[in-house]
Amino acid sequence: MIIETSGLRKSFRSRAGRETKTVEAVRGVDLSVAEGEIFGFLGPNGAGKTTTLRMLATLLEPDGGTAVIAGADLRKEPGEVRRRIGYVAQGGSTWDESTGREELVLHARMYGISKADAQRRATEALDTFELAEYADRRCKTYSGGQRRRVDIALGIIHSPKVVFLDEPTTGLDPQSRAHMWGEVRKLREMGMTVFLTTHYLDEADALCDRLAIMDHGQIVAEGTPADLKQEVLGDVVSVNAREVAKAADLFDNAEYVRKVETTEQSLRLYVEDGASAIPHVLRTLDAEGVSIEGIELHRPSLDDVFLAKTGRSLRES
Amino acid sequence: MKFLRDTWLVFQRQMQLLLRNPVWVAVGIIQPLFYLLLFAPLMKQALSAGGPMTDEQAYRIFVPGMLVMVALFSAFSGFGIIAELRAGVIERNRVTPVSRVALLLGRSLRDVVQLLFQAVLVTLLAVPFGLRVAVGDALLAYLLIGLMTLLLSSTGYALGLTLRSEDAMAPMLNTVIQPIMLLAGIFLPLTFAPQWLKNVANVNPFKWATDGVRALFAGNPGDDAVWQALAILTPLTVLALFISSRTFAKSVR
Repeated sequence: MIIETSGLRKSFRSRAGRETKTVEAVRGVDLSVAEGEIFGFLGPNGAGKTTTLRMLATLLEPDGGTAVIAGADLRKEPGEVRRRIGYVAQGGSTWDESTGREELVLHARMYGISKADAQRRATEALDTFELAEYADRRCKTYSGGQRRRVDIALGIIHSPKVVFLDEPTTGLDPQSRAHMWGEVRKLREMGMTVFLTTHYLDEADALCDRLAIMDHGQIVAEGTPADLKQEVLGDVVSVNAREVAKAADLFDNAEYVRKVETTEQSLRLYVEDGASAIPHVLRTLDAEGVSIEGIELHRPSLDDVFLAKTGRSLRES
Repeated sequence: MKFLRDTWLVFQRQMQLLLRNPVWVAVGIIQPLFYLLLFAPLMKQALSAGGPMTDEQAYRIFVPGMLVMVALFSAFSGFGIIAELRAGVIERNRVTPVSRVALLLGRSLRDVVQLLFQAVLVTLLAVPFGLRVAVGDALLAYLLIGLMTLLLSSTGYALGLTLRSEDAMAPMLNTVIQPIMLLAGIFLPLTFAPQWLKNVANVNPFKWATDGVRALFAGNPGDDAVWQALAILTPLTVLALFISSRTFAKSVR
C-alpha cells in the first residue's frame, strides 16, 4: 500500500461573534491506497475531503491518527513525505506575471533539482501537457484549462510517487474536463499513484479505479465504482405510468424486487438483475391492465449509493 | 548550504518579477521628489526660526527623515503576500521541501534591495539641492535603513499571512504606521518637542533609527545615536525574522 492512514482526525475552531465553535472536519479516516491506482474521494462540499488531502500533503497538521505515504511517516518525517508527493491545489497555483516555464523550473528547483535538469524537466512537462506553445507567455494569458494543466505539471515536475489532486476539474468547461480526465490517466500511465477528490459523480465513476465516499468527516463506503453500486442496489428498472400508486402496490410482494420507490410519474424498482426482471415486470403490469408510457433499465449511479449510505442525494447536498 | 540555495532561489524569482514591472522605480523617484521640492523649503524656513540655516544643514536633517519614511513603508509588503496567498503560490511553495526561512528571507531581501536602490536615488536627488555626505557615512546609514526594511517587511509578511485580507491589513497598517512616523521625528526633529512627547517617542525604535541616520548624515559616525540605533534594530530584526518565518511554516489558510 502506498498510502495507509489510520484514525486521521482534524477539527477547527471557528469563531462566530463571541462564540467559538469546534467543527470536526475529519473524524477518523482509515484508508489504504494501492500503488498505481487512481483513488477518488467522493463527497459533497464540506465533507472533509480537502482537509484530509491537505493533511496528507503536509499542509495541515493532523490532531490525531497516523499516515504513511510512499514509505514515509507523515507525522515524523514530513520533509521526506514532501519529497515523494506532488500536490495540486483546487484554486490554482500560478502567478499571473510569471510564464509557465518559469514556474515549472523554479518549482522543480525547490525540490533541490539542478538548474539544467529543472529546465529539461520543464520542457518535457510542457510537451506532455500540450503547453509548449504557451510556455513563454505569462500565466495571466492562459485559459482556465491551460492554467489547470500547468498546475498539474507543477505537481509532478519532480516525479513524485503519489500525486494529490484537489477537485481537478472544478470550474472547467465540459471539453476541458474531458481533456483533464485524459491527463489524469496519463499520470497513472507514467507510474504515479493518483489521489483525487471530486464532487462529480460521473468523474468518480469514469476516472477512479477505487473510491471512498465521504460524508461529515467520515468514510461511509469504499470500493471500486462497480462494486459499490452492485453491493448496494443491483439494477434499477424505472417505469413511467399514469397510475403510479396502483402500479407500485403490484410489486410489494414480488420476490425479485428488493425495494420500490415512487416519484410523481415513475416507479423505481430496485432488482438484482435487471435483464431478467423486465419480462416479469411487464407481465405483471399487463395482467392488471396498467398501461405504461415507458420502461427503462439502468445501472444504479453512485448517487444511488450515496443516497443509500447517507439518506441524502449527492446532487442535493 | 540548502538554506542559502533556497533563499537565493526565492530571491532570484522575486527580483525577476520586480524588474519585469518597473513602475515602482518611477513611483520611488516621484514620491521623494515631491517631498524634496514641496516640503523641504518649508521645513528649512521653519527650522531657521531657531537660527539661520544653510541648505546643506537643512537637507542633512531632512533626507535621513525621508529615508526612514520610505523604509517604514516596506511594511506594506504584506499586501503582496496576500496576493500570492490568494494565487496559491505560497501553498505551492509550502508543499515542497524548501526552507521556510528562505521563503521569507528571499522575499525580504528583495525588499531590501529595492529600498536601498530607492535610498541611493533619494540621496543623489538631494545632492543638487545642496546635500553633502561622506560615502562611508552614507553606507553605514544604508545599513541601518536596510535593517529597518528587513524588520518591517518581514513583519508585513507575518501580518499579511495572518490577516489574509487587504481590507483588514490597510486600516491596521495605517493605524500603526502613522504614530510611528510622527513619533520618529521624520519631518521635524523631536528636539522641538515638549518633554512628554519626547518621553513617548523614546519607546519608538524608529526614533532611535532616525537619530542614528541623522548623526551619520551630519558626519558624526562616532555619535552614540549610531551604535544605539544598531543595538536596537538588530535584535528586533532577528525577532521579526524568527516570528515571520514561523508564520510561513504554519498552516496558511
